[in-house]
Amino acid sequence: MAMNEPQISVQELIAKKSNRGLLAFTEKLIPKILLLIATVSVLTTIGIVFTLIFETITFFTEVNVFSFLTGTEWYPFANSTPTYGILPLVVGTLKITAIATLVAVPIGIATAIFLSEYASDRVRRFIKPILEVLAGVPTIVYGFFALTFVTPILRSIFPEIAIFNAISPGIVVGIMIIPMIASLSEDAMSSVPNAMRDGAYALGATKLEVAIKIVLPAALSGIIASTVLAISRAIGETMIVAVAAGSTPGFDWDVTGSIQTMTAYIVQVTTGDAGYGTTIYYSIYAVGFTLFLFTLAMNMLAQFISKRFREEY
Amino acid sequence: MKYVNHEEVAAKTKTRLTKNTILKGVFAAATSFGLIVLAILLYRIVTQGSEYLSFDFFTSFASRIPENSGIKAAIQGSIYLMLVVAPVSMFLGVGTAIYLEEYAKKNKFTNFIKVNISNLAGVPSVVFGLLGLTIFVRFFDLGISILAAGLTMSLLILPIIIVASQEAIRAVPNELREASFAMGATRWQTILRVVLPASIPGILTGSILALSRAIGETAPLVVIGIPTILMFTPDSIMSTFTALPMQIFDWTKRPQVTFHDVAAAGIIVLMGLLIIMNSIAVFIRNKYQKRY
Repeated sequence: MAMNEPQISVQELIAKKSNRGLLAFTEKLIPKILLLIATVSVLTTIGIVFTLIFETITFFTEVNVFSFLTGTEWYPFANSTPTYGILPLVVGTLKITAIATLVAVPIGIATAIFLSEYASDRVRRFIKPILEVLAGVPTIVYGFFALTFVTPILRSIFPEIAIFNAISPGIVVGIMIIPMIASLSEDAMSSVPNAMRDGAYALGATKLEVAIKIVLPAALSGIIASTVLAISRAIGETMIVAVAAGSTPGFDWDVTGSIQTMTAYIVQVTTGDAGYGTTIYYSIYAVGFTLFLFTLAMNMLAQFISKRFREEY
Repeated sequence: MKYVNHEEVAAKTKTRLTKNTILKGVFAAATSFGLIVLAILLYRIVTQGSEYLSFDFFTSFASRIPENSGIKAAIQGSIYLMLVVAPVSMFLGVGTAIYLEEYAKKNKFTNFIKVNISNLAGVPSVVFGLLGLTIFVRFFDLGISILAAGLTMSLLILPIIIVASQEAIRAVPNELREASFAMGATRWQTILRVVLPASIPGILTGSILALSRAIGETAPLVVIGIPTILMFTPDSIMSTFTALPMQIFDWTKRPQVTFHDVAAAGIIVLMGLLIIMNSIAVFIRNKYQKRY
C-alpha cells in the first residue's frame, strides 16, 4: 500500500470534482440553444408566409386583385395587354388533381385492403419496401416517364391526344401518390383491433365482408385523411406537370390538349428570362401564394379529419 | 337427425365466397399495379439510357451534341449540395427533436411548434424554392450558389429529419435515462452520453432517407434559377453550380429524342445514387438499431 500518498476525504473529492458553476451554466444554456434551433422551423413558416404575402402585395399594386381572382384569361407574356386571371391555372391544377385522384384512390385503397386483410406476413414484408421505393422515385423521373412512355402509349390508342396533355401527367401523378394512400390507409386498417374482425368471423362473415363492412368503416377517418393528404401532394406536384403537361393555360375542361398548372407556371417563369422586378416576376408569388393556401387548407383538413373522427378502441 | 342443412348453407354461402375470391383477385391486381409500373419504369430507363452510360459520361460536361454530353458538373454539384445540406439539416433537425422530446414542456408554444412542423411538411417544394429565391438568393445576397440552394434544401427536408429523430429519441426507454440520472449525471450529460448514442442509428437512417429525397428534388433548384449548362465544376460553396436532377430536367425538355436517351442515362446515375443511399440506411437500421 502506498501509505505516503496524500489522503483525500470523499467530501474533498466531491468538492474538487464539482466545477458546478460551469456545469450549471451549460445546463441552463443548452435548453436555450436548443429552443433557438427549434424556432428555425417556425421562422421558416414565417419566412414563407411573409415572402409570399409581401411580394403578392407588390403584384397587386400592378394588377387588380379582383381581376386576378376571377379572370379567366392568363396571358402574362402578351406584349400589348398582358392579362392575369388565375382561374385557368387553377382549372389546370384541378384537372391534374382529379385524374390523379381517380387513379390513386381506388388502387391505393385496394392495395391497403389487400396488404392489411389478405396478404400473409411474408407477402407484406416483400411488397411494402417496393412501395417505399415507388414513393422515393424523384418526381423528375416520373416526369420523364410520363413524357416518354405514358404519353406515346396514350397517343397510339387515342390519336387525338396532343403531345402535351393533362391525362398522361395526371395518371403519373396518381401513380406517384398511390404509395402514400396505400401505406397510410394500411396503417389505419391495421390499427383496427382484431377482436372486431373475430366478432364478424364468428357470425359467419367472409374476409371480404369483414374488410368492407367492419374494417373499412372503422378505419374510414384514417383513409380519408390519407386521401386528402395525397390530393394536397398532387396539387403541389411540380416536375411531372412541368415536363409533360405543356404551358397553355385554358379555362375549359379539355384534358387531351396542352394545359398549365400553378406549379408549372412558376417553373416556366423561373426557367425563362423574366427580369427581376417585372410584373411577371411578382406574379409567381401571387400564384405561389394561391398554391400555398390550397395545400395548407388540404393539410389542415386532413389533420382535422384524423383528429375529430378518430375512432378510439 | 340433421340440425344443419348443408345444401342450404352451401347455396347461401356460395355467392358470398365467390365474391370474396373475385375481390381478393382484384385487390391483389391493384397491389401488383404499383409493382408492375415500377418494373416497367426501371426497365425503360435502363434500356434507353445504357447506350450513353460510359466512362466518358461521368467525365465530360454538358454539350449540344448528345454523344458528347456528360454529367461531370452535375454530379459534382449534387455532391457539393449534399455536403451543405447534410450537416445543416441534421444539426437543425436533431437539435429540434432533442428540444421537443427532452426539454419542451407541454404548453401551447410546444404544441404550436409541433403543428407548425407537420404543416411545413405539407408545403410544396416549389414554394420552398420561392422562399430560397427571396430570402437566400436575394435578401442575404448569396446569389445562385451552392450555399443558397443548400440552405433551401435543408429547410425543405427539415420536417422529415425532425420527425425521424423524434421517433428515434422516443424509442430510448426511460429506464436508461433514470439510471443515468441516478449516477449523478445532469440532463445534458444524459442526453449526450446515453440518449443520443442509443438513438443515433434511427436518426442516421431517417436523415439518409431525407437526404435521398433532397438529392432528387428538382423544383426548388429550378425556382432558384441554377443553370443547366455549365462548363466548370464548383470550387467553393459560394460558386454557382448545376445538379443531377436539373441536368435531367434540361435534357428531358429538349425536343430532340436523342437527348431523352441522355436523360435516361442521367436517371440511371441518379437512381443508382438513391439505391446506394437507401441501402446504407437499411443496413444501419438492421445492423445497429436495438429494440428495447
